[in-house]
Amino acid sequence: MSVAVSKAPVTFSLPIRQRLFGRTEWIAFGLVVGIVLAATPICSLAVPFSSPFYLSTYALTLVGKIMCYALVALSLDLVWGYCGVLSLGHGLFFALGGYAMGMYLMRSIGLDGVYHSPLPDFMVFLDWKALPWFWQGSEHFLYALLLIIIVPGAVAWTFGFFTFRSRVKGVYLSIMTQAMTFAAMLLFYRNETGFGGNNGFTDFKRILGFPIAAPGTRVCLFLLTFLVLAGSFLLCRFLVKSKLGRVVTAIRDTESRLMFLGYNPLGYKLFVWTLSAVLCGIAGALYVPQVGIINPSEMSPTNSIEMAIWVAVGGRGTLLGPILGAFLVNGAKSFLTVSFAEYWLFFLGAVFVIVPIYLPRGVIGLFRSTRK
Amino acid sequence: MDRWFFRLLAASFWLAASGVALAIAPEQIKPLAEDDFDAKAQALEQIITAGDEVAKRILEALRDERLYANKAGQILIQDGESYHDALTGALVESKTDDLQSIELNNVLREKVATGLAGLQLIAPNRSVRAQAIQTLLRSGDPVLKPLIEKARSSETDSALRAELDQLWASTALRDPDPQRRKEAVGVIEQRHDPQMRLVLVPLLGKQSDGTFTESDPAVRQRVEQALASLEREEAEIQFVGTLFAGVSLGSILLLAALGLAITYGLIGVINMAHGEFLMIGAYATYCVQNLFITYWPGAFDWYLLAAVPVSFLAAAIVGLILERSVIRLLYGRPLETLLATFGVSLILIEAVRTKFGAQNVQVSNPRWMSGGITVLPELILPFNRIVIIGFALVVVLITWLVIQRTRLGLYIRAVTQNRRMAACVGIRTWQIDCYAFAFGAGIAGLGGCALSQVSNVGPDLGQSYIIDSFMAVVLGGVGQLIGTIVGALGLGVLSKLIEPFWGAVLAKIAILVLIVLFIQKRPQGLFALKGRSVEV
Repeated sequence: MSVAVSKAPVTFSLPIRQRLFGRTEWIAFGLVVGIVLAATPICSLAVPFSSPFYLSTYALTLVGKIMCYALVALSLDLVWGYCGVLSLGHGLFFALGGYAMGMYLMRSIGLDGVYHSPLPDFMVFLDWKALPWFWQGSEHFLYALLLIIIVPGAVAWTFGFFTFRSRVKGVYLSIMTQAMTFAAMLLFYRNETGFGGNNGFTDFKRILGFPIAAPGTRVCLFLLTFLVLAGSFLLCRFLVKSKLGRVVTAIRDTESRLMFLGYNPLGYKLFVWTLSAVLCGIAGALYVPQVGIINPSEMSPTNSIEMAIWVAVGGRGTLLGPILGAFLVNGAKSFLTVSFAEYWLFFLGAVFVIVPIYLPRGVIGLFRSTRK
Repeated sequence: MDRWFFRLLAASFWLAASGVALAIAPEQIKPLAEDDFDAKAQALEQIITAGDEVAKRILEALRDERLYANKAGQILIQDGESYHDALTGALVESKTDDLQSIELNNVLREKVATGLAGLQLIAPNRSVRAQAIQTLLRSGDPVLKPLIEKARSSETDSALRAELDQLWASTALRDPDPQRRKEAVGVIEQRHDPQMRLVLVPLLGKQSDGTFTESDPAVRQRVEQALASLEREEAEIQFVGTLFAGVSLGSILLLAALGLAITYGLIGVINMAHGEFLMIGAYATYCVQNLFITYWPGAFDWYLLAAVPVSFLAAAIVGLILERSVIRLLYGRPLETLLATFGVSLILIEAVRTKFGAQNVQVSNPRWMSGGITVLPELILPFNRIVIIGFALVVVLITWLVIQRTRLGLYIRAVTQNRRMAACVGIRTWQIDCYAFAFGAGIAGLGGCALSQVSNVGPDLGQSYIIDSFMAVVLGGVGQLIGTIVGALGLGVLSKLIEPFWGAVLAKIAILVLIVLFIQKRPQGLFALKGRSVEV
């Protein structure tokens, strides 16, 4: 103790907490939120059909769908961009949230189904007499909301606990996540498992008593999705700027060094991973009422890999980039599958190859580098 | 008058010659002319029981609808324009108007056929006898018992003898003598044919009046014993069959996983386009097959021999291009390599779909690969699967030789263990990567060639095997051949073992869960490279 080298006591402390945004960014964020909140209802409900500003239901649904994808990309960026865990199984969490919401929507049509039975149509069709235990109570909206959050979270936590604990990482982990969603897809394709088999859940009529196809409901769903996306963006931004976010970033960069410093990465990884899965589940739940169907193909490994490319295109580890990426890739998809259907997969394949090689920092990286 | 007398004489002569002192009495066949079908059936049974030449003639006439009765109740066989007495063979002058053809219903017609087959059991020609046995095994009329017993005592061919035993047993099960019934059960048990359970099971049942179908308790006990032994045998057969299916699946996984394990060990990247090398190999086989059909149809049976090197080269060249153009640019970024190679796989699938169409293409087995070895009546091992297992063994052997005995293999092992150190002692690591990648792709191409012989060949062929082969690599560990072999075969056998209980889907899920649990204990897989390197 007496051999203190320096007179001033050595202190270790983190730099002061970084701000979420600078002033300009806050203004830009507020502007975007304000404009969308104000313009969407006007353009889709008040503006006459013939006006160029008219927002059709098709466009509303398309953009709403892409915003759900953007939320997925955001959640994937949290684990891949900041924690270094490339999940090829986020489609599973997306679908789980979607299925929970889908079942609520199926139940809320009441006796208006094809068979006029309190059971969902597919169960009548399969000659089931009662709801399976895991769908009990799914007619309550609040319970459905609970399921949307808890089920993807629980699945992710369990899977994450076992894989992270044995320090599976890198491509190994990616492959495991892919196998996970693949296995789940096979399970959901079965008729006897109670998830509607091939067709999944569809033919929704009402949400909370409102007709689901009505323009007003559509606008509400759209705005809700937008708000959830904006809120999740803020939440993720808050996380990555926090101390926890720094530890998580350190895990990404050199996990072993962090462990030498006395941190146990398991808890951090699990938290980020589970949170990401929950966000993904919420995205799925918002997706289903807008698109009107959920089936097991959402869990196909290809779908989950496509989610990774949204992040890569936008630029991982930027939060804003993946949102942009989701819009770019899905916009291109909507355009190309309509006009050049046969070239879409070539194009997608080329994006997969070119982006990692020539655009390692994504589209956002382009802007950032020019600004420097 | 003269003529009459002569004919009578001839007839009595013939009678004496054919001997057997009139085995069938005229009153026995008389009911054939009546309208009562039950009486007809009885008459038929008596004819069949007699089982001599006369009986055969009558049955044949019945079959060909050449049997008539005249007003006197005499049964006549039509022979061209003339009519002979059915029993004596004597010519009988008759006017067509006086004759009435003998009608049969379907049940009786069946009986006639059975009886004829029974008579053929003692035919001199072996194939006729074999045919007759097969016919009778399907019908099994108890009337035939004397015929079968006669045939059984005279049959010399051992294969036919065994079938006759079965035939005898299925009729002897209804024998009045319990000792005979017991014996019959024993004979059935010796057949080792699970199908025979169907014959035994009803014996243990009860009739409508509550008594056992089989009245003797000793025989019943014997039946239970036989059933148990047959069941055990069936379980064993099933187990062997499952094991075979598992090894067969495992050998294909092995071919797919070998290259994957080599490149993963070497470069540390997982190539998502690896499944497409399988697909390329399969389509190369398809192309070679078509070339043979067009230019060299005579040698079609040997097209596979040409397809093997072609599929290896095709996949290896694509692998080489992929390594040089994509993977090399992404060194040190394994996750991005994953994505980029997935893109490559999309492009390859789409390209094949554009070129060959989205439908499956037809790749046929050469003649020498169709059929199989019948180990037991219930267990047939198809040749194509056996060939594939053998082929996988050969490929593993070659790979082992390349890795262990060649300079390239030495370099591959060195770079896998420590890339920097290997580079320091003068190994051109980039070249080794390139060769090893092409080699691994080529092996997958061989896997595709093998796969084309047992499953459909379509553009997304590789997709269905790729996840399983990843799992094999994860299970087996990287860097040692034995790990991949054990991983792939173990996975194949395990999934086939689980499948009968839970179905294919739950088996897949169960295996995934098992693997996740397994890597809790051994994150490096079954066989890890021993070394002191630490990842930083």
